[in-house]
Amino acid sequence: MDEVTDATFVDEVLMSPTPVLVDFWAEWCGPCLRVEPVLKELAREMGDKVKIVKMDIDSNPNTARDYHVMSVPTLTVFKGGQPVSSVAGARPKSDLARLLEEAL
Amino acid sequence: MSEVRNLIIVGSGPAGYTAAVYAARANLRPLVIEGIASGGALMTTTEVENFPGFPDGIMGPELMDNMRKQAEHFGAEFITDEATRTELNGGIKIVYVGETAYRAKAVVLATGSAWRPLGVPGEQELLGHGVSSCATCDGFFFRGQDIVVVGGGDSAMEEATFLTRFASSVTIVHRRDQFRASKIMAERALKNDKIKVEWNSVVTEVLGEDGKVSGVRLRDTVTGEERELKAAGVFVAIGHDPRSDLFRAEVACDEAGYVKVTAPSTQTNLNGVFAAGDLVDHTYRQAVTAAGTGCAAALDAERFIASLETPEG
Repeated sequence: MDEVTDATFVDEVLMSPTPVLVDFWAEWCGPCLRVEPVLKELAREMGDKVKIVKMDIDSNPNTARDYHVMSVPTLTVFKGGQPVSSVAGARPKSDLARLLEEAL
Repeated sequence: MSEVRNLIIVGSGPAGYTAAVYAARANLRPLVIEGIASGGALMTTTEVENFPGFPDGIMGPELMDNMRKQAEHFGAEFITDEATRTELNGGIKIVYVGETAYRAKAVVLATGSAWRPLGVPGEQELLGHGVSSCATCDGFFFRGQDIVVVGGGDSAMEEATFLTRFASSVTIVHRRDQFRASKIMAERALKNDKIKVEWNSVVTEVLGEDGKVSGVRLRDTVTGEERELKAAGVFVAIGHDPRSDLFRAEVACDEAGYVKVTAPSTQTNLNGVFAAGDLVDHTYRQAVTAAGTGCAAALDAERFIASLETPEG
């Protein structure tokens, strides 16, 4: 899964022509480690319609702060440069698919 | 139609993974439907000091990863998603993950328990914005701030103690005048200079400002007096409820939702359906007891599957 950073966030996420799901995660968070395989599978299933990326909040504190991330994992869908929906905590793949479908 | 497997294990804490180790080692090639929060409650803990065989302790997530690897090594398969529907009544049991049906001769239920919310105004709205069920996930965001932990059991003590790494102060709010936590955990918390306790108090509302937690409203359970306490974070650790909603229509449960089994076996009211771990046990609720019943469930399932192949008498 592609990683975005504070430096690449604008280009990769805010300027993206397709909706982007950003997984705000951290290495020390047990549940975060389990979200990644689910997101990979979802990315495979949804193909080019959407983009799914992750952002390590320890090395990229600015973006996490800008979007008031106060829990990891936080999964936020961006569309047209704006956050359109966000959930805190691990969720089933079908819930995340729905969030992305709604943004299409 | 999909193949009929020997065994499906629903759930993935110490009970589910231990059942998977035993069943896989018996060549049953179990399918483990882990759930999205796979690894169970230990994934959100820090150090586990009381799992036998680890004299220096082991991190909860590492312990669970080890168990998972051990099961995988013997041939268990995993699906990291939620079971959404079950049909456990017939000779062939069906567990659905979304639209996909998985079939098996036997099923072990080990879905554990889920975090119990306070159920007060403000809590759901501010979940992920200062309200949390997981100190190890979210403690980091409260560096230098004041935090409230609600509860009086071991998990409340653990969360409060862990949170002092980040917070400038931690206030434990507890409805009684003493903790029900184990002595070692309670003493560790009470000795910590950063931890204060509001005894005989319940949270009646989580207060927010600009979409973030700003404090809690407390009611004194003795005098009925209400007061406000400023806090940036509220960590809720008042207990857990069994995660039996998925199959409650089929599998007999007690009033609180714990699955009933015919002790000392793990047999439920349904033939070929076994249950283990915190889903059954409201008394001990330890990683090692869950692992123990997970083992028993795998052995019960193995015996049941063998009996189908060589019918008695």
